[in-house]
Amino acid sequence: MIGEILYYLAGILIVVGALFSLTAAFGIVRLPDLYTRMHSASKAGAVGSGLAFLAIALASFDGAVILRALMGIVFFLLTAPISAHLLARAAYIAGYRPAAGFRVDDLEKVEQIPK
Amino acid sequence: MLTGIEFLHLATTISLGILTLALLLTIYRIIVGPSLPDRILALDMLVAVVLGYIVVIALRTGFMLYLDIAIALGLVGFLSTVAFARFVLQRWEINHAAGEDHLEEARK
Repeated sequence: MIGEILYYLAGILIVVGALFSLTAAFGIVRLPDLYTRMHSASKAGAVGSGLAFLAIALASFDGAVILRALMGIVFFLLTAPISAHLLARAAYIAGYRPAAGFRVDDLEKVEQIPK
Repeated sequence: MLTGIEFLHLATTISLGILTLALLLTIYRIIVGPSLPDRILALDMLVAVVLGYIVVIALRTGFMLYLDIAIALGLVGFLSTVAFARFVLQRWEINHAAGEDHLEEARK
């Protein structure tokens, strides 16, 4: 009985995770510049993969698999912001500026970044 | 009424379709660009989508070894994005020292 419920839960979670990935991909295509696209990819993308891992943890009924799935979630939630931040910083220093219409740009005032 | 396994099978089929759509959108961004960091970001997203694919296939086949492949792919994707970020930075430093402007692609 409880196994059946876990299968249903896993099925729902995997579809929701795929929908999050689709949202992230849609944001990458539709948003105006690199920094807004990055926001879409690193948030919605990480949640999409995390939900997929959670689904496999629910449906596996195996301690080793559950542990590895949770490790995958933690690993992905740790690395997604780091890689997005590194890329944003490198792109800003290299001179790629936000699209026109951006109101707040705190890095403008930082001395070390060349204009 | 579907049993649990049948429902899971249907759910994986649906998610494979959704993920394929996401993959196509991401590939569109990789091809169109317009700048190098945009393409790097889209490649990072591509890794995330393929990770979702692998997990869905693992659920569908019940072959849990795929999970290790997914974790390894995530590691490789993270490291490649870090390396690409360093590359963007160093390319700028070299061009800046040489007095060249490589940003005509970014200024529209």
